[in-house]
Amino acid sequence: MTALMKLKPYASLIGIAVFAVLLLAVAPSLLSMHWINNLGKYCAWAIVAVGIGLAWGRGGMLVMGQGVFFGLGAYAMAMHMTLENAGPDAIPSFMILYDPLAPLPAFWEPFRSELFTLAAIILLPVIVAGILGYALFKRRVKGAYFAILTQALAVATAVLVSSTIRETGGDTGLSGFRTFFGFLLSDDANKVMIYLITAGLLIACMLLVWQLHRSRFGELLLATRDAEERVRFLGYDPANIKLTAFVIAAVMASIGGAMFVPIVGIITPAEIGASASILMIAGVALGGRASLFGPVLGAMAIGWGQSSLASSWPEGWIYILGLLFVVVTLFLPNGLASLYTRAKGLIAGRRDNGAAPPEPPAPTGAAATAEKAEVSA
Amino acid sequence: MDALIPPLLNGTALGALLLLAALGLTLTFGQMGVINMAHGEFIMAGAFVAYLTQLIIPSSSISIPVALPLAFVVAGLLGLLLEVSIIQWMYRRPLDTLLVTVGVALILQQAALQIFPAQGVPVENPEWLQGQLDVFGYAWPYRQLFTILLAAACVAALAAWLKYTSFGRRIRATVQNRDLAETIGIRTRVVDRITFFVGSGLAGVAGVAASLIGGTNSQMGTQYIIPAFLVVVAGGIGQVKGTVIAAWVIGVAMALFADWTTGSLAQVLAFALVVVFLQFRPQGLFTVRTRGLA
Repeated sequence: MTALMKLKPYASLIGIAVFAVLLLAVAPSLLSMHWINNLGKYCAWAIVAVGIGLAWGRGGMLVMGQGVFFGLGAYAMAMHMTLENAGPDAIPSFMILYDPLAPLPAFWEPFRSELFTLAAIILLPVIVAGILGYALFKRRVKGAYFAILTQALAVATAVLVSSTIRETGGDTGLSGFRTFFGFLLSDDANKVMIYLITAGLLIACMLLVWQLHRSRFGELLLATRDAEERVRFLGYDPANIKLTAFVIAAVMASIGGAMFVPIVGIITPAEIGASASILMIAGVALGGRASLFGPVLGAMAIGWGQSSLASSWPEGWIYILGLLFVVVTLFLPNGLASLYTRAKGLIAGRRDNGAAPPEPPAPTGAAATAEKAEVSA
Repeated sequence: MDALIPPLLNGTALGALLLLAALGLTLTFGQMGVINMAHGEFIMAGAFVAYLTQLIIPSSSISIPVALPLAFVVAGLLGLLLEVSIIQWMYRRPLDTLLVTVGVALILQQAALQIFPAQGVPVENPEWLQGQLDVFGYAWPYRQLFTILLAAACVAALAAWLKYTSFGRRIRATVQNRDLAETIGIRTRVVDRITFFVGSGLAGVAGVAASLIGGTNSQMGTQYIIPAFLVVVAGGIGQVKGTVIAAWVIGVAMALFADWTTGSLAQVLAFALVVVFLQFRPQGLFTVRTRGLA
């Protein structure tokens, strides 16, 4: 019993370890190539979801525009792979289609370099999220205002990409990649490698967030979510705390986008716009935004639902998705993960009378009172 | 100088359309703290009402004036249904109302896609809107003028309703201090429902105007909802005055940007404009001090 008690703080870590074994060892040996590819896609979305979990679940910032950062990473990767396809000093074929004589757009040129591409996948979201976050958080823009502004950014970006046909491929996006940093995409062994990289990155992001939760920063983030003014009175600047979480979430979204491209083989504005961004939120809300595993499993479930249902029964899928939003928000504001916490709380409450079970973290103070009022009513 | 006239005229008309779309949001978001992402789909419902009225009354000269009050009632009833079934359980949880209504918006969009043709339906302009006005040598279509007049009428009616009627006073009292309003006998539940009905109904009116200018299809709601929210954010919560100015500025700015660059870059620039503006006035143009809303 005492040995178990000692392990308790590391329960999540053990969970991540088990999850890592499942993803990295069990899945590749059991699944067919088709499902490896699908699982890789879900992992890419799950990486985005881990970031949303940090910004929204822990930080209280509803980020409705993660598609923008997903798109930054995805297009950076896709541009590099397109140039790799075209060969040195050559212009991608779709550009020749629109204007054979014009040169490569200036912002494409550096993406010939592998190192620049990898750096851009990390740095572009840092810059964009940094500027936007700094502008908004310093002026104490928050809550719904913040959510709406991030979504406006997603809408504007998707429209912009759609309309720049020669520069970004427009609505058809970028596709037809043959190699990934020199590895042939047609080779099954390379596909497994890309899957393993994606799954590994997912585990790494989960470990990072687990560590952040335990750190002073994690506590400050939680405190900022629940009582921003009090954090300010204690001498911290909530803007910096929120900005850090927002930027980390943006980088994770970018990494997810960058891995999405070699796995799926295409990136279009539809994957980064308003609806795609909302889909990223859906998984996190379903799984439980404040928990560590909730966003990951939720995003994977939504990804699976999308790829299995959306092709065979597209109308039904949208209705199911809409109903999920309504039902989860109405009855399970903390997602499916709260069921587990609630059940654990009930059992613990019965066993040792009085020892308060850990409260599932509520989104805001007001929400918490509303929830309690509902329960007591 | 002459080059400024067309974007100014177009921008004013676009601003009027944004204003119509945002006016209902000012009520439901500003006054009640409910973020209704389905508001865009209520606009869509209004546009489809205009189309259906046209099927029954073939003369568009008559069908549009009939459609306006009809769209108000249909969209209003949709809003009332939403309030009674879902929103009433979620007051004081603004971010959750956003999520819930995203779900509702998805469902309404899909329903519209299955009822109406995917490529959209045509709504004819009435004969009395088909001409154009000559403004310094530039042809200004009557339908743009009509949008502006319609927006002006709605703003005047809403402002008068809020300011001079006893019901308007009850709304303002509920917004400022819900608990105190209740103690003096105001039935805040009823106030909430009527406010939501009117706010959603205004979306229906916006939908009729939108059907005359842009396309009428299942995706049109998403096209209007974000600019409308930007208007509300820039205008300040719950302020009709701020909404009017913000809508006009954003409309003209978008027309000007579109003139200088491209239509799609104009959207990005308009977004940047709002973010820059918030640096100077984080609470929007005008704000009302309330105790009821955090």
